[in-house]
Amino acid sequence: MGFKEKMNSLKEEYKGKKMAPAFNALHTFLYTPNETTKNGSHIRAADDLKRTMNTVILALLPVLVWGIFNAGYQYHAAVDAANGIIREPSLLGNFLTWDNFVIGAWTVLPLVIVSYGVGLTVEFIFAVIKGHEVEEGYLVTGMLVPLIVPVDIPLWMLAVAIIFGVIIGKEVFGGTGMNILNPALTIRAFLFFAYPTWMSGDKVWVHDAVKLAGTPDAISGETILGTYAANAEPVYNTFDMFFGFIPGSVGETSTFLIIIGALFLMFTKIASWRIILSAVVGAAVMGLIFNGIVDQGWITESSKFYGLMSTPFWKHLIVGGIAFGITYMATDPVSGSQTNKGKYWYGFLIGFFSIMIRVFNPAYPEGVFLAILLMNVFAPTIDHYVVQANIKHRMKRLKLKTA
Amino acid sequence: MSKDIKINKGLDIKLVGEAAKTVSNAPKSRTYTIKPSDFHLITPKMMIKEGGTFNAGDPIFYSKANESIKFVAPVSGVLKEIKRGAKRVITHIIIESDGKDTFADYGRVDPATTSAEQLKTRLLSSGLWPFIKQRPYDIIADTDDAPRDVFISGYNSGPLSPDLEVVLEGKQAELQAAVTALGKLTEGAVHIGMPKNAKSIFAELNDVVLHGVSGPHPAGNVGTQINKVKPVNKGETVWTVNAADLVIIGEHLLTGKFNPERVVSVSGSCIENPKYYRTKIGSEVSTFLYDAGLKDEKARLISGNVLTGERVAPDGSLGFYHNEFVAIPEGDDYEFFGWNKPVFNKISPTRALTFSWLTPNKKYDLNTNTNGEHRAFVVTGSYEEVFPLDIFPLQLLKACMVEDLDAMEQMGMYEVAPEDFALTEFICISKQPHQAIIRKGLDLMHQEIG
Repeated sequence: MGFKEKMNSLKEEYKGKKMAPAFNALHTFLYTPNETTKNGSHIRAADDLKRTMNTVILALLPVLVWGIFNAGYQYHAAVDAANGIIREPSLLGNFLTWDNFVIGAWTVLPLVIVSYGVGLTVEFIFAVIKGHEVEEGYLVTGMLVPLIVPVDIPLWMLAVAIIFGVIIGKEVFGGTGMNILNPALTIRAFLFFAYPTWMSGDKVWVHDAVKLAGTPDAISGETILGTYAANAEPVYNTFDMFFGFIPGSVGETSTFLIIIGALFLMFTKIASWRIILSAVVGAAVMGLIFNGIVDQGWITESSKFYGLMSTPFWKHLIVGGIAFGITYMATDPVSGSQTNKGKYWYGFLIGFFSIMIRVFNPAYPEGVFLAILLMNVFAPTIDHYVVQANIKHRMKRLKLKTA
Repeated sequence: MSKDIKINKGLDIKLVGEAAKTVSNAPKSRTYTIKPSDFHLITPKMMIKEGGTFNAGDPIFYSKANESIKFVAPVSGVLKEIKRGAKRVITHIIIESDGKDTFADYGRVDPATTSAEQLKTRLLSSGLWPFIKQRPYDIIADTDDAPRDVFISGYNSGPLSPDLEVVLEGKQAELQAAVTALGKLTEGAVHIGMPKNAKSIFAELNDVVLHGVSGPHPAGNVGTQINKVKPVNKGETVWTVNAADLVIIGEHLLTGKFNPERVVSVSGSCIENPKYYRTKIGSEVSTFLYDAGLKDEKARLISGNVLTGERVAPDGSLGFYHNEFVAIPEGDDYEFFGWNKPVFNKISPTRALTFSWLTPNKKYDLNTNTNGEHRAFVVTGSYEEVFPLDIFPLQLLKACMVEDLDAMEQMGMYEVAPEDFALTEFICISKQPHQAIIRKGLDLMHQEIG
């Protein structure tokens, strides 16, 4: 009896029992099930939800790998900086090194493991209690979470946040497909408001910076947004910002790799190009408005908003988490707008509000996650008006006939 | 006022095993089966008991809700058995043919000179009425409503669908008689959608409004054509008739006999010699199935289209409305890492390591595996790519699932039939049963609103 047949007989044995969803989750991970169509459409297309989620994970892998190397790189750069040495980044020279990888892997992989371990445990428990199959939504959430937190976040905080995010953000609404807010962003919002000292400042973005604080070896590393918000000029040039040799949350630094991921997702038709395109336009428009205000002289250097308002609009798109947020989180089909016309508005407003929050909230300049959560809440409203237009159109047709 | 219909949204599904354009006579069936479930929402009231005899065209039962709608015997013979299911609902009416083919003679009718009232009475009494379906609700037409228009699709765009030029060959006179009669029963017109850039038997017909149809499937669905020409509004009724059924209606008017003969395409990758067969409504599928040759004993047998048809057993029978028969492999097997490895041998609307977009003209051998488990709706925006109607498919499906009658009505439920959702069901990543959801929604509306 082959492995396949063994699994099948185990499945039959588990059928109808409490643990069946847990077993089926593992079984369907190895094999697509032997389910066949009933009446109706007797044939089905090749894609299922697992494949869809898997494609997003594929698009996230380059960003994860970069995040691992960057964690090590930023540590060494900060140590050098503390000793008065300025480091020039070089991809093969001092970035893709074994040393960087070891430090990065040692800090980032635990985040990934905790994220999947805790999140999937909650999912399995809920599936068993409620008797439905384990759904694939968490496969992507579990990969997103480690990429949108600072490297040194304590693992217990991450675990608490994930439990909160998965239960309150998703399971209470009925699981994957029913949630109102993006679960990954719910987790980040929880961390942000519950443990703000671990989510912002100049100590959390570099490995060991918190531990070494106050000692003679103290190191620090501020995000570019933080620098701008303090009305200072960042030490990094545009090249560093675009390719990602900068401090920041694990996965958000390399705009270059994020663009590649975005192109892949749009090409595979998994992510909506409408959302991505209109969000970029929205961010650019808001950035241009602020640039215009500065050019008019309405806001001068004495203002605390000056730093971020005078940042050129295109630079806004390559610093901070906006590229990452637009590509991987605004495009979440469940919490986003569901109509094609609505997607243009939804994306545009995400970009627009991201930059607005970023500029007007200089204490915590990361605006994109709040903007996406805000638009998650308003997505059903946008859809409502789009659908109403179709309904009105139909009513008009009816009136035309009766008149 | 002819108007061409061109759609861009849709998907042509190309499958192996298309029927060769030759027509053979199928061996005569010994028994014929009428399944009341083919007539949605009709409760049959039997007029003949088990053992009773009749000619072809004699009524055997009528609708319990409306006595005037008669259903007639496809052949002469004896009523062998009435099979019942749960709650004594009649599931199968089995007729044993006497092989003599004696017909009940209703007398000839010239549709051009007969009044609408007389024509209607004739269609009802002679068992032709069930061929007329109506929108809204996609059920047999209500006898009290006057239809705004009659729509007929003269173009099959679905996968493995029979070529109407083969099916209708030489039936010009019958088609003309039928459309003339239907034209008398409507205040509007008889609209026929025909292929725009191909020869069509419909091009020669009089008393009709012709529309040239082009674009991918579901361009040939009558629902698509109605939506593009003149959508159904609340309070209106539109009749639809299958092109192949026009022949039966027309022949009856010309000869006075009910001759349920039709040309059926027998196709699919499990058929050895896919081709067309001349047979009758309700005949055993084994009569033509084994003549054409079945490669795989465990194949899925489908009476009707592969996207909308009904599963039948090897000893089953051809459905009342069906003029195609398909056999494809069952997919009841596991596939190792089927969810993440690249896919070359299946159709996919995305490019997520699926490569059907590279070979748009390749013919695929698809089986009945769902390629994944049933999930809640997650992905958005994909249905719209294959759904040409001016309706939001996802939102309408959700309205049906939560039984929100107001939303269903406002979002266009009066315009749709389950078959309009066959393609969205095919590409559904969450593997939801769209057609069943729509059918349930229509039934609920019919029950609550009428």
